[in-house]
Amino acid sequence: MSAPRTVRVASGQGFWGDWLDAPRRQVTGGPIDYLMLDYLAEVTMSILQKQKERDPTLGYARDFLGAVDSVLPAITERGVRVVANAGGVNPQACAAAVRALATERGSGGAVRIGVVLGDDLLPRLDALMSAGHPLANMDTGEPLSAVRDRVLSANAYLGSTPIVEALARGANIVITGRSTDTALTMAPLRHEFGWGADDYNRLAAGIVAGHIIECGAQCSGGNCLYDWRDIPDLGEIGYPIVEASADGTFVVTKHPRTGGRVSTQSVAEQLVYEMGDPHSYITPDVIADFTTIRLAADGADRVRVSGIQGRPATDSLKVSVAYRAGYKAVGTLVYSWPDAFEKAQLADRVLRERLDRLGLRFDRVLTEFVGAGATHGVLAGPPSPDLPEVQLRIGVRGGSRRDVERFTRELAPLVLNGPPSVTGFAGGRPKVEEVVAYWPALIDKRVVQPTVEIQ
Amino acid sequence: MRVRLLDIAHARSGDKGDTANVGILALRPEWYEILDRFVTRERVAAHFSGLITGDVVRFELPNLGALNFLLHGALDGGGTLSLKTDAQGKVVSTALLRMVIDVPDDLAARLRLPAAPSTSATTSTRSA
Repeated sequence: MSAPRTVRVASGQGFWGDWLDAPRRQVTGGPIDYLMLDYLAEVTMSILQKQKERDPTLGYARDFLGAVDSVLPAITERGVRVVANAGGVNPQACAAAVRALATERGSGGAVRIGVVLGDDLLPRLDALMSAGHPLANMDTGEPLSAVRDRVLSANAYLGSTPIVEALARGANIVITGRSTDTALTMAPLRHEFGWGADDYNRLAAGIVAGHIIECGAQCSGGNCLYDWRDIPDLGEIGYPIVEASADGTFVVTKHPRTGGRVSTQSVAEQLVYEMGDPHSYITPDVIADFTTIRLAADGADRVRVSGIQGRPATDSLKVSVAYRAGYKAVGTLVYSWPDAFEKAQLADRVLRERLDRLGLRFDRVLTEFVGAGATHGVLAGPPSPDLPEVQLRIGVRGGSRRDVERFTRELAPLVLNGPPSVTGFAGGRPKVEEVVAYWPALIDKRVVQPTVEIQ
Repeated sequence: MRVRLLDIAHARSGDKGDTANVGILALRPEWYEILDRFVTRERVAAHFSGLITGDVVRFELPNLGALNFLLHGALDGGGTLSLKTDAQGKVVSTALLRMVIDVPDDLAARLRLPAAPSTSATTSTRSA
């Protein structure tokens, strides 16, 4: 069988919480071969771990069930295959829920689920640490032992290989835990075109394709600063599709009759998003060099991407550890004209005086005046003396839940016993949140062995 | 001539821990030269001085007409620790586009650069 001329991988979800309708629109708007759904941000794994602790059948991105439900006919009747990191910290439970859904819809026999396992290091953490893997913090160098007793989850970022295996073994829904976002796009291309593990330039091209579409519509007109007023019909925005060729070149596009825009500028904005050193975009599969990427307009809403070079990956995998790091709460009040900013500033002083008097201890107290330079600080220049309103936004963080809780009780009284012209407190007391912090580390690749189960 | 980055570039920013990254992209290919020459690491560090606690690192992507800046210590601890509205550095991009640079008149004329609006005085002194 000769390789197909192009393979179309569509992105239907850029994070957990993204547009629920996007997956269905991707399979109904035109032909695609693969639907890629990215659910996991750094913080997501720890949220899922907490859910799993409360209920062992949870711990995965439950939105995925709705997505599968909305695209099930495309999977079973048209051969569209789905690759998603929806498994979170419990890929098996996710697979069981998908299986139950497919059975309920009468499609059980047509669904073959591939589950990628092996990223979860939590059960092995102490063994790994005593075997000489310090899992030192990549930013501070501190060994993980410093926060070991507060660790909630620990997952290695897996590459494309186990997903490729699942596809080769006939899975039409592949569920992973912590895979790299880019692997979800690259694996189908590797599988279809038979790219070898040492085919560095093509693997790098697959990574770049993945980086471009992993944030959903953020490359097809969403959050696009360039020409933003003239980007058409964001209400019906088309999510991106990669149309890849065996030689590693690809076109970024979207379905016809959808809104948004795919242009060299919209794609370039996404390329620089969350970028570190562009010469070395490190993944478990390959190191991609973003300074070799060529973009060219290729007709309406089509951008051709070529020239990408890669080199061998490192011997390490990145590990994402989440650990409990105290509590925080953020509260807001709105002050109106006249002298809105001055009133909000006075309220902040009064509140801080009361917090001090109560002897509450926080690691951090931060005040922002939304509407008067909260996001750009002094770069915004002095606020206008005539602002219609200013939102006082004050947050605290600390190790004592009781102190943070008490802070949340001190905001509302200001409505009656603080400066005048105050409103906007209808949401009630601020919510106390447990802070789950993120600990990036590296681990020797050889101690992480991904496995694949076909169900 | 004084030129505001907003008028010659677009940008997107994101986070990695307590570091914000800002990718800044020339609106026209021929304007990349202006970014490369005048939006130096030092200039950007001065622009954000007092707003970030760490170093600034610059990378060039001439293939995209872009520069990428890493602003360390920009996000009040970053991620879930941060108490900032912009905890993930999403609008640090537009903060950089406020910067005003001084470009020699002949170069500005040759490249048809738009002049900065007169209201941008405060940012100019800051990044000087």
